[in-house]
Amino acid sequence: MRKIPLEERKKTFKEVALGFKKEEAIKEAKRCLQCKTPSCIKGCPVEIDIKGFIKFIAQGKFGEAIKRIREKNSLPAVCGRVCPQENLCQKSCVLNKKGAPIKIGYLERFVADWERENKKRTKPKLKRRRKEKIAVIGSGPAGLTFSSEMSKRGFKVTLFEALHKVGGVLRYGIPEFRLPKKILDREIEYIKSLNVEIRTDFFVGKTETIEELKKEGFKLFFLAIGAGSPKFLGIEGENLNQVYSANEFLVRINLMRSYLFPHYHTPIKVGEKVGVIGAGNVAFDCARVALRLGKEVFIIYRRGKEEMPARKEEIENAKEEDIKFIFLATPKKIISDERGNVKGIVCLKNELKEEDSTGRRTPYPLEGSEFLVELDTVIVAIGTKPNPLIKKIAPNIELTEDGYIKVNECFQTSVPYIFAGGDIVSGNATVINAIYQAKKAAFFAEKFLKKCMM
Amino acid sequence: MAKILKKEILVHSSPRIIKIRIEAPFVACKIKPGQFVILMVSSYGERIPLTVVDKDKKTITLIFQEVGYTTKLLGRLKEGKTLYSLVGPLGNPTPIKKYGKVVAIGGGVGIGLIYPIIKALKKEANVVVSILGAKSKDYLILKKEIKKNSHQLFITTDDGSEGEKGLVTDVLERVLKKEKFDLAYCVGPLLMMKKISQITSFYNLKTIASLNPIMIDGTGLCGSCRILYDGEVKFACCDGPDFDAHLVDFDDLIRRNTRFQEEEKLLYEKDSFRRKKKNI
Repeated sequence: MRKIPLEERKKTFKEVALGFKKEEAIKEAKRCLQCKTPSCIKGCPVEIDIKGFIKFIAQGKFGEAIKRIREKNSLPAVCGRVCPQENLCQKSCVLNKKGAPIKIGYLERFVADWERENKKRTKPKLKRRRKEKIAVIGSGPAGLTFSSEMSKRGFKVTLFEALHKVGGVLRYGIPEFRLPKKILDREIEYIKSLNVEIRTDFFVGKTETIEELKKEGFKLFFLAIGAGSPKFLGIEGENLNQVYSANEFLVRINLMRSYLFPHYHTPIKVGEKVGVIGAGNVAFDCARVALRLGKEVFIIYRRGKEEMPARKEEIENAKEEDIKFIFLATPKKIISDERGNVKGIVCLKNELKEEDSTGRRTPYPLEGSEFLVELDTVIVAIGTKPNPLIKKIAPNIELTEDGYIKVNECFQTSVPYIFAGGDIVSGNATVINAIYQAKKAAFFAEKFLKKCMM
Repeated sequence: MAKILKKEILVHSSPRIIKIRIEAPFVACKIKPGQFVILMVSSYGERIPLTVVDKDKKTITLIFQEVGYTTKLLGRLKEGKTLYSLVGPLGNPTPIKKYGKVVAIGGGVGIGLIYPIIKALKKEANVVVSILGAKSKDYLILKKEIKKNSHQLFITTDDGSEGEKGLVTDVLERVLKKEKFDLAYCVGPLLMMKKISQITSFYNLKTIASLNPIMIDGTGLCGSCRILYDGEVKFACCDGPDFDAHLVDFDDLIRRNTRFQEEEKLLYEKDSFRRKKKNI
C-alpha cells in the first residue's frame, strides 16, 4: 500500500498507510480466484464473507461490499487497519502459497473508507423492539461489538464507559498514525445510530454498582473492561521520573493528545534518547510515537529479531523510520544522575535456548554480561494484566488465578446474568478476537434472555 | 450535569483558594470522605483529581487552590458554567470508625480536604484534636467549621498572624509528648506529611496520609500515580489515596510530583500570551 513519504512520516501523526485508490482496489479484487470453498473465510474469526465482498468490489459495487462486511463486523474501518491479516484471512488465502495473498485487509479498509467518505452508510433494519435493558461495561472493541449486536437484535442497550471518551483501547492505545481518531469516531457514530445509549464518565462499580443497575431494570450485563493494568519489570529505578508504563505514555498521547501540547494541556516529557522495553505491537506503537516527537528510539527486547511478536507490517514501518534495536537484552536496573533523572539502563546479555510452549526460544541472561544503554527516557511495554478493581466492579464473579474472568463456552460468568468477553477473558489479544468473543457472547446472551422470559 | 452552582472565593490572596458546589447527583449519592473525583475543565484540558469535601443529595463541594494551570482555569469558571467531564467517586473511602483519640493535621488547602474526615470521625464518637497550618491568617480556611467538630484545635501560621508562629509539626510533637493517641491523619504538602510521618513513627502512632500524585485516568489504567509503598509499587488511584504514612517513600513521591514542572511553566506562558492578545 502507498504510504506517506518517509521523511514527512517521521514528523507527523498523520496516518502512515494511505489506502487503496478505486482502481487499485478493483484491480486487487479481480485477482481473487473466487475459490469454491474459500479458506480465507475460515481464517477470519468472525467469518466475514470475504469471497462475497471481494466479488462486489471487483464489480465496482462498493455499497454492496460494505453491507456484506457489516453483516458480520461492526468495526470494518478499524479491523481493515489493525487486524493482523497476515496471520488470519490472508494466511489462508490460496494465493499465499505463491507469496502473494489477496490484500483482504486493504480491501476491507477501502470499502469502509468509501462508505464513510461517500456518506453511504445505511442503517441496518433493527428487529422489533424488546423491552429488556442490557448494560455493557467498557467501550473497547468487545463492548462496542456486543452493544451493536444486541441492539440489532432489538434490545435496549446502554454502554457505560469510565473515561470521558468512548473507544477503550482503540482510543487510548492505538496511535493516530495507525488508527485516526476521526475514523474511530465515525465507527462509534454508526453504533450510536443503532440506538445504543452511551454513558461516558460512568465507572460501574463506583458510580453505580451492578446490583444497583440491576434494580434499575438492567437484565443482563456484559463485562468488556479489558485487561489494562500495566505490568512493570520490578527492577531498581523503575519509579524514576522519566520512566513511563506504555499505558501512561499512550494515554497521554492518544487520549489526552499531549503530542499537541500546549494546545492540549496534558504534558508529555521525553528526553532525546528513548528506550522501549518489549517488542509487541504496543511497544512498537510507543517507539513510533516517541520517534515522531523527534527522538532517537531503541527497542530493547529479550529475545531475537525472529521472535518479535509485533505485526510484520509494523516492524517494517519501524525499521524504515529508523528505530534501532537491541536484541537479547534483559533489563537489570535503571540508573539516574544525582537529581533523579534517568541516565541509562543496565542490561544483561541473553542466550536463547530451548523453545517454550509458544514455539519461541527462551532467553537466559548470562551472568556478568552487564552492559549499559545510555538513555534519558524509558517506556515499559511488557504487557498488561487485569485491573484489580474488577473485584469492585463485579464482586461475586469467579476469576482465574491470574485475575481474568472465568467464563463457560457461552461466555457466561459464574453469575448467570453476567457475560464477559475481550481481553478480560482471554488476556492480551487482538481487536478481532475481542469482536469474535463479543459476537459469540451476544448470540448466547439472547438465548439466555429468551429462556429467562419463558 | 457537572454545572457549577455556587462559587465562593475563600482566600483572595494569590494563589487563591476557591470553593465550588457542582451538580453531580450520581457522585453525590455515593461519595464518602476521602474519595475524589476526576474532572476536565474543557475538551483540551487535563484530567485532575480533586477530593470531595462535602455533599448533599445532588451536589458535591470541592475546595482547590490555584496552584497549577488547570486549577487556575477551573477558578476562572463562573457560576452556571458546566465542566467538560466529571467522574467519580474514585479511590477508597477513609475507613471511619471509632479509633478513640485521633490527631488530625491539615496544611494549606489540605485543611479543606481534612474537614470531612474530621467531621466523620467526630460523628463516630472519636476525640479529635485538630492541628491546622497555613501560610498566614489570610490563607486559613474552614476554621469555624473545624473548630465546631474538634475537641481541641491548634493553629499555626508561618508568620504568626494567627495562632502560633511555626509549623504544625512543632505542635504535633508537643501534643504527642503529653498525650497518647490512637491514630493520626494528615493531608497537606508532601514535605509536611513526610515530617509528620517521621515524628509519629517515633511515637509508634499509626498514621494515615492522603496522597496526591499526578493522575490521568484514575481507574488503574496508566500507572502515572504509582508510589513506592513498603518497597512495592502501588497505584494511589485504586490502592489509595489513603496510605499508612510510615510505609510511604515520600522522597520518591516528592520527586515524581515534579515530573512536569517545566511543561507547567510553558502552559502559563502560552496562556498569558493568549490573554494579552485578547486584551488588544
